[in-house]
Amino acid sequence: MSEPMLKIENLHASVEESEILRGVDLAVNAGEIHAIMGPNGSGKSTLASILAGRDDYEVTEGRVTYKGQDLLALEPEERAHEGVFLAFQYPVEIPGVNNIYLLKAALNAKRAHQGLDEVDTVDFLTSVKEKMKLMGMDESFLNRAVNEGFSGGEKKRNEIFQMMVLEPELALLDETDSGLDIDALKLVAQGVNQMRSPDRAIVIVTHYQRLLDYIEPDRVHVLAQGRVVKSGDKMLAHELEDKGYDWLRQEEATEA
Amino acid sequence: MSTVDPIAERLIERLGGERPGDSVDWIAALRSRAAERLAALGLPHTKIEDWKYTSLKPITKRDFARPDAASATADAGAVEALRIPGLETHRLVFVNGHFAAALSDRDLGAQGLTVKSLAAAFAEDPEALRDRFAALAPIDFSGFTALNTAYADDGAVIRVAPKTQVERPIELVFLSTPQGQPVMAQPRVILDAGHHSEVTLIEHFVGLDDAANLTNAVTELKIDVGAQVTHYRLQRESRKGFHIASIHAEQAENSRYASHNVQIGGQLSRTDINTALNAEGADTLFNGIYLLNGRQHSDTHTRINHLAPHTYSEESYRGILNDHARGVFNGRVYVAQNAQQIQAYQQNDNLLLSGRAEIDTKPELEIYADDVVCSHGATIGRLDDNMLFYLRSRGVDEEAARGLLLYAFAEGTVEKMGLEALRTWLEGFVIDELPQAERVREFV
Repeated sequence: MSEPMLKIENLHASVEESEILRGVDLAVNAGEIHAIMGPNGSGKSTLASILAGRDDYEVTEGRVTYKGQDLLALEPEERAHEGVFLAFQYPVEIPGVNNIYLLKAALNAKRAHQGLDEVDTVDFLTSVKEKMKLMGMDESFLNRAVNEGFSGGEKKRNEIFQMMVLEPELALLDETDSGLDIDALKLVAQGVNQMRSPDRAIVIVTHYQRLLDYIEPDRVHVLAQGRVVKSGDKMLAHELEDKGYDWLRQEEATEA
Repeated sequence: MSTVDPIAERLIERLGGERPGDSVDWIAALRSRAAERLAALGLPHTKIEDWKYTSLKPITKRDFARPDAASATADAGAVEALRIPGLETHRLVFVNGHFAAALSDRDLGAQGLTVKSLAAAFAEDPEALRDRFAALAPIDFSGFTALNTAYADDGAVIRVAPKTQVERPIELVFLSTPQGQPVMAQPRVILDAGHHSEVTLIEHFVGLDDAANLTNAVTELKIDVGAQVTHYRLQRESRKGFHIASIHAEQAENSRYASHNVQIGGQLSRTDINTALNAEGADTLFNGIYLLNGRQHSDTHTRINHLAPHTYSEESYRGILNDHARGVFNGRVYVAQNAQQIQAYQQNDNLLLSGRAEIDTKPELEIYADDVVCSHGATIGRLDDNMLFYLRSRGVDEEAARGLLLYAFAEGTVEKMGLEALRTWLEGFVIDELPQAERVREFV
């Protein structure tokens, strides 16, 4: 079997002397969707942020290999050029910068890295508008400033829409389901399902199982106290939903 | 016996001489009164509270000469290049404070509008200016106002008849050019907006060829009942030049004054913008930005005087300061005892891009009425790390991401400007001042 697209080995990370990740091991193959679940404070979002390149955390041990290269050695923008995408838990508002400009610049930066010409404006607009429709977004959105004045749900939908335009190879979704009503949740799930492809890996970080009612994961991992304490198939998510995270803690205690 | 300030004495010696209008008694008398005030006041210094953060030593240690009218010329091509794309205006060009007819539009008036140089107005109908010249800008507002009143060589007089909507903005271009030795250009602008009229005034100060001159400008705006005056100012003196200006507006009932002020140039600049909301329904917008690099020093003092009930003011100033630059912002809002149910909002936001840049910001609210809505706020910060990371995670490199966030910050000021052609034009100068100008242009 070929190497996994993403391979995390014994990853330790701290913020201000306090250790958040305590030896995470994880392998994700192209074509798969993985869900990382866990209680608040387990380190799920930290893991997603470290993979995208946020420098608030210090990696103290371990390594992350992405498409055969050392992911942690790359700047955030280089990771984006290499096909990594993070859908933010809290997308940022950027007044004065229109969505369409940001999308085009982001796409062209990636294409330049791949040695491709800039995207054709007409083709770009056509494909962008198709994807907006799918996410239930109005066209006027393109000329609005990035996330400015968006509701929580609009921001999350915008993240998924950006993912669809940028077509990453590794998509990390950080609690994209939080704060969404059921209709928005379905739209987000529809967007993610459409992105499923043999060349793409998707990692969904979530506290709740409900998004997984609409997106079927290949693997489910439970993160607790900075480590993956249990992995399984989609049934694991249901089990967690039924029994709660306490169940795992008890199980761990019994094993110990 | 009154003492004469030694700096004032030197100025009076150097700048004295004949001027248009001297043969008219009241003008001569006003000028000599102004010179006397100057002699007594001197120029401001840092012991005066309002000038605490701005030392004028770089100005007082230089001897500026009176600019020569005969050499008030400039390269016509360079002047043409300063036109605002896509905007037709009534344009007057001044060189070192002298009106340059050859560089200005021939046909300056329109239906209900007269525009003249100050010298022409003094020559043709001095009586019409008797109650207007120095009526809104008190002689002793500062030593500089006294100086301008005594020694302004020229300027512009603009009159808009009642109920007239002036279609084309009036554009005053003040060129500062080298002329052997540094000179002091002192334009005086007087605008009368008749009741229910509408007019846009653009003042564009621009230093050419590293001119090391001092501009000392005074602008008086009388805004009658229901009139609307939109005032754009772009200050682009050379980095070796000095700029001192005061704007004095008086607003009647239901009038509106919008001031958009972009400050980019000069090694040392000080701008005072004052308005008096004299009657109910008067409304003011003060919107401005200062973009400072190197060792530039820029001081903005604003005063909004709510003197009647139901008056409104909104003020927003932003600053981006890099390198060793220093900025000063002081926003004073005065609410008189009878000025009930007024609203006044003020905000000043600053980004410091270097550990050595400095901003001194002070809101100053003086409220004597008890039923008012007033707010103020000041922020000083750096670029937001979350915003930077967001852009970088989308593939935008760090340099461009920084530039974009600075642009977004400045856009908060630019987007309040109504005229699209002007907004685009001003935005261009703003982007040019950003450290990552070229990268920003890829996105906007």
